[in-house]
Amino acid sequence: MSDLLIRNGRLVDPARKLDRIADVLVRDGKIAAIGGNAALNVPVFDATGLIVAPGFLDMHTHLREPGTEEAETIATGGAAAVAGGFVAVAAMPNTKPPNDNPSITSYMVAEARRSSPALVFPIGAITLEQKGEALAEIGEMVEAGAVAISDDGKPVMDSQLFRRALEYATMFDVPVIQHCEDLNLSRGGSMHEGVYSTRLGLKGIPSAAEDSIVARDIVLAEMTRSKYHVAHLSTRRAVEMTRQAKARGIRITAEVTPHHFTLTDAAVAEYDTNAKMNPPLRSADDVAAVREGIADGTIDAIATDHAPHHANLKMLEFDRAPFGITGLETAIGLTFTVLKLPIDHAVRMLSLNPQSILKVTPWGLFETSDAHLTLLDLNRSWKYDVTATQSKSRNSPFDGWDFTGKAVATIVGGRIVYRDTP
Amino acid sequence: MTRKDLLGIEELGREEILEILDTADSFHEIATRPIKKVPTLRGRTVINFFLEASTRTRTSFEIAGKRLSADVINISPSASSLSKGETLIDTARTLDAMAAECVIIRHNMAGAPHTIARLSSSRIVNGGDGAHEHPTQALLDALTIRQRKGRLDGLKVAIVGDIAHSRVARSNARLLTKLGSEVWLCGAPTLLPPSLDGMVSENRHLLRATSRMDEALDGADVIMMLRIQFERMSEPRFPSIREYCRYFGLTRERVARAGSDVIVMHPGPINRGVEIASEVADGPFSVILNQVSAGVAVRMAVLYLLLGA
Repeated sequence: MSDLLIRNGRLVDPARKLDRIADVLVRDGKIAAIGGNAALNVPVFDATGLIVAPGFLDMHTHLREPGTEEAETIATGGAAAVAGGFVAVAAMPNTKPPNDNPSITSYMVAEARRSSPALVFPIGAITLEQKGEALAEIGEMVEAGAVAISDDGKPVMDSQLFRRALEYATMFDVPVIQHCEDLNLSRGGSMHEGVYSTRLGLKGIPSAAEDSIVARDIVLAEMTRSKYHVAHLSTRRAVEMTRQAKARGIRITAEVTPHHFTLTDAAVAEYDTNAKMNPPLRSADDVAAVREGIADGTIDAIATDHAPHHANLKMLEFDRAPFGITGLETAIGLTFTVLKLPIDHAVRMLSLNPQSILKVTPWGLFETSDAHLTLLDLNRSWKYDVTATQSKSRNSPFDGWDFTGKAVATIVGGRIVYRDTP
Repeated sequence: MTRKDLLGIEELGREEILEILDTADSFHEIATRPIKKVPTLRGRTVINFFLEASTRTRTSFEIAGKRLSADVINISPSASSLSKGETLIDTARTLDAMAAECVIIRHNMAGAPHTIARLSSSRIVNGGDGAHEHPTQALLDALTIRQRKGRLDGLKVAIVGDIAHSRVARSNARLLTKLGSEVWLCGAPTLLPPSLDGMVSENRHLLRATSRMDEALDGADVIMMLRIQFERMSEPRFPSIREYCRYFGLTRERVARAGSDVIVMHPGPINRGVEIASEVADGPFSVILNQVSAGVAVRMAVLYLLLGA
């Protein structure tokens, strides 16, 4: 089972200082050999002209199961993930009920094994019901399979409680992921506060809402010596503070979404509810700062914040529509087309860094590794058609966009779970 | 006018604005006739779809439509389907299926008329959307100013009050700077918009902001007072009405700082003793009731230009 010979691809794994054309032999779902291989009695995948990389991991998704299955399920989210080149996703805990206890964590793990072509790593809630009042059973969730804790979407506003969460999490060595938003500063806002919010008459969410929580959390992370991770960072000041904190040796990591390095608040101009997300699309200067943060390594990971919503909810007035867009299928296209990220840097941000932040059992292009692989055609031109999405939802602002660079095969445990041919 | 909808002042050109005002001037005379009705829009249907409380604007549109012989139907918040959970887009499709020639929409959320306009073949007129735009208010204000001052360029206009939440301030600032007047936005720093650049898209140099009322009023040709929109505030923006009046209430003494032929305007509803003293609202400089009659003429012009040609 799960034997495969991947022939003649360009193997890129910067953790192993690997960048050369060679074959990969997969036996029993694991990498058995790297190098030239004689003809063997196994299926052959011709990877001539393709990149073979350690499988991509999206460390920030919302799979909506349990509770909002009309928008997404673990099965459909997993299908969208592998179609977008991700072998694995981490799933945020804002399900219904929230993943704040080991029974929900276990359910997600079991359901993923049953129905998802992608690996799913649950993220447990920091606080019970994500209410920011009492700690959830973090240890039990970690034992059930949670790889991090976060109240994503609902920042922990109580500084003392957040300090305790950071301290307590060190016992399990899991990162604490914060959605940085001062809820008082952002109250009632539906887009970035600035020229466009003024023009459109919409209440703004100032950059200060994000910056003030990043600042507070850096102080607390330093005090508690914990592993702290900034989710979907979006402002210039947040990039600067993260850079400074890293220079001081604080254990901080950060991620950015493809939409925050691609779009500005100008995208809201026609009250397009698919340009409504949280954090909101920011100014052109913020986008420039985020790109600088990617280039100099301040930002560790690209994560999609895949947030499917049923079409009914995006048919509302801009103020009433929910925040969030889908992202699993467009992340690679945006990374190579808009960001034009060099391949080794992309592999770090989309695979190696998320793996090490979440401390999952590492995979890569080395013998004995689980054969979780993403195969890319960097020259492939394609157009995103949201009606053909594997996700249950279609709330993407990138419908009809032209991209160069695509995942053409996704391999999980040696099995080809997604394959696209031109 | 060649556009399908009237959604905001932002997208109107100078010539379009003047065309509406000139047409409104010609309709003004109808209001002085014993029988105030012309057959221009006979057989056309106009729906007043008001999802936010309004008396003045709704009635003004209703009278305007009826004076042009259109069939005017009013849909009010309690009678609308939105209170029954219907999405905005379904409402738009339903209205569209009724094949009304024109729908006037007022909504407490910015952009709602724009969303409906994209989905509807009816002509959509924005009757005020959230804190975004209120184009017919700015047009009727411009008509009133032009009637009194004979021009719309080279004037100093002070707009005082809750600027941040005001669609009237946005539409007026856009219209008056487009036509070459200087607009001073005046309010407490907590009631000024986050970005002046977002308030207007052309002639930005004509837009000024201040928190000192005397500076805004000094030599002004026009003073526009705005109501405080408590309903749009999620937290206090100033300590008390008493202190607000002290710095931003329009008194007779303050009017004296403006030009000797200043006009005092207010889109209503007015709060006497808060943003404007009674003696000013009822005083010799006040044109508040002229604004109301200009409103009917401007709305007749808008309906005529959208539907009648």
